[in-house]
Amino acid sequence: MPTMSEKILARASGRQTVEAGDIIIANIDIAMTHDLTGPLSVESFEKIGAETVWDSSKIVIPFDHQVPADSIDSANNHILMREFVKKHNIKHFYDVNAGVCHQILPEKGHVLPGEVIVGADSHTCTHGALGAFATGIGSTDMAMVFAEGNLWFKVPETNRFNITGDLKENVYAKDVILHIICKMGADGSTYKACEFAGETVSDMSVSDRMVLCNMAIEMGGKTGLVEPDDKTVEYVEKRSSKPYKVFKTDLDSPSLNIIDIDVSDLEPQIACPHNVDNVRPVSEVDREIDQVFLGSCTNGRLSDLRDAAKILKGNKIANSTRMLVIPASKEVYLKALDEGLLKIFVEAGALVSAPCCGPCLGGHTGIIGPGEVSLSTSNRNFKGRQGSSDGEVYLSSAAVAAASAIEGRIVAPE
Amino acid sequence: MKGKAWKFGNDIDTDIIVPGRYLIYTDEERLSQHCMEGLDPDFNEKCNKGDFIVAGKNFGCGSSREHAPIALKGVGISAVIAESFARIFYRNATNVGVPLLEAPGISELIEDGEEIEVNMEKGTITASNGEEIKFKKLPPFMLEILNQGGLIEYLKNK
Repeated sequence: MPTMSEKILARASGRQTVEAGDIIIANIDIAMTHDLTGPLSVESFEKIGAETVWDSSKIVIPFDHQVPADSIDSANNHILMREFVKKHNIKHFYDVNAGVCHQILPEKGHVLPGEVIVGADSHTCTHGALGAFATGIGSTDMAMVFAEGNLWFKVPETNRFNITGDLKENVYAKDVILHIICKMGADGSTYKACEFAGETVSDMSVSDRMVLCNMAIEMGGKTGLVEPDDKTVEYVEKRSSKPYKVFKTDLDSPSLNIIDIDVSDLEPQIACPHNVDNVRPVSEVDREIDQVFLGSCTNGRLSDLRDAAKILKGNKIANSTRMLVIPASKEVYLKALDEGLLKIFVEAGALVSAPCCGPCLGGHTGIIGPGEVSLSTSNRNFKGRQGSSDGEVYLSSAAVAAASAIEGRIVAPE
Repeated sequence: MKGKAWKFGNDIDTDIIVPGRYLIYTDEERLSQHCMEGLDPDFNEKCNKGDFIVAGKNFGCGSSREHAPIALKGVGISAVIAESFARIFYRNATNVGVPLLEAPGISELIEDGEEIEVNMEKGTITASNGEEIKFKKLPPFMLEILNQGGLIEYLKNK
């Protein structure tokens, strides 16, 4: 009767079964830290005094938050991390040219169904889209994982969102997850595993499922998960030859709470400042915008760029608005280049930048000033998230972002 | 423990506790200069060692940045008392030695700037008018981690 989270954590802790509420120690299959949380993880690791990391082939370190370095401080962080990589012979290191961590991990075959993945980044829950148990942790916990290869967890209960109905035209996975977060509230799934299931999810691509799982943390979720199916198998077997095990949820599990969500009448959704659960249908939002950001680990994938390019083709971005397009990885960038998408963006008046996190967390590039309004395809609209505390961030799908860039105000695609 | 209570609302996220542009720093001193900057740019100056933060539900939601509890430690906050906490922040704060006390009803009871007293052994918070509220007492191993100043110090001294 266990849920897929319980089955994965039982496997990883070497037990027959575990139940929600149990405190267990799980072996970690993949541990990820990046250029921004990495330095603290390394400092803590050195304080522990461990000589070597537990397994240099299970640690993945991508540089993505401040690439290329924009200050001497960030260059120093990069130097520190490169030295750590060299000293400990870390096998999977991605320097400044690779892309956003949550895109690289699945793309490069580091995520497999049934695995336990931890990342020193809260959006690590993205990887549950492939049927892994993936969760964000802090730097001290990461240092413990580097040293020991395991970590304690409280086995979570599960909120399973049974999503049904065909999405209307111009309505996407982003709109579905914003709708769910609005319904649940910013702490509505705290400590819970969030499973996304139902016919709508079965019809979704792996990329769309990543959008759902990516934002599980925005309702407090410990992880996001989708049960593996043929699409999952096709995705992972193209990228990895490692063996893996598929786990699914038994629907009679006592720790399962099923929540039905009908999306057949859903219209495009907007998360308004300054909380992700402050969601309204696009028709109820009327706001002029200074900047549009298309990118991030939520919506910087090829399908997002295609959706936006379809709308922007032959159009110009409004004079009062600037648009920044950042493909989520080198692979996405190259495909967008081959398909002519980047040309469409540049001709429309957008800036196209190399893969990185961009303005999402307001630490690197495309920062907004006081009184400015950003419409962003990323995952957080907290006060000060993209720069000035006196700025505003709205969140939307790629299609709404593109249509709004043309009009200079938040609008639905026609 | 006695100190002044600095009061904040619901859903205080880690971007408010330390904005993303300061995550390039790892030291307590520099991070503390920007603590709660988005809501109160002078917080670091106003806060004294031993003061408390009192907040509503879901304190610490958002990112996994351990910089956030490190900054709170740096400004001298002796405990955060809230209706509820976000998950990753809860672990991180304990790991760096900042006690988090879950006390439903706290935001109704305490006013901003009020002197309060916290008794960790009894699990009580006393307001300036003498009214008392209980919090969920921390288990002994967690108290020990906090007393040692964090998980790494705890493991080293064990």
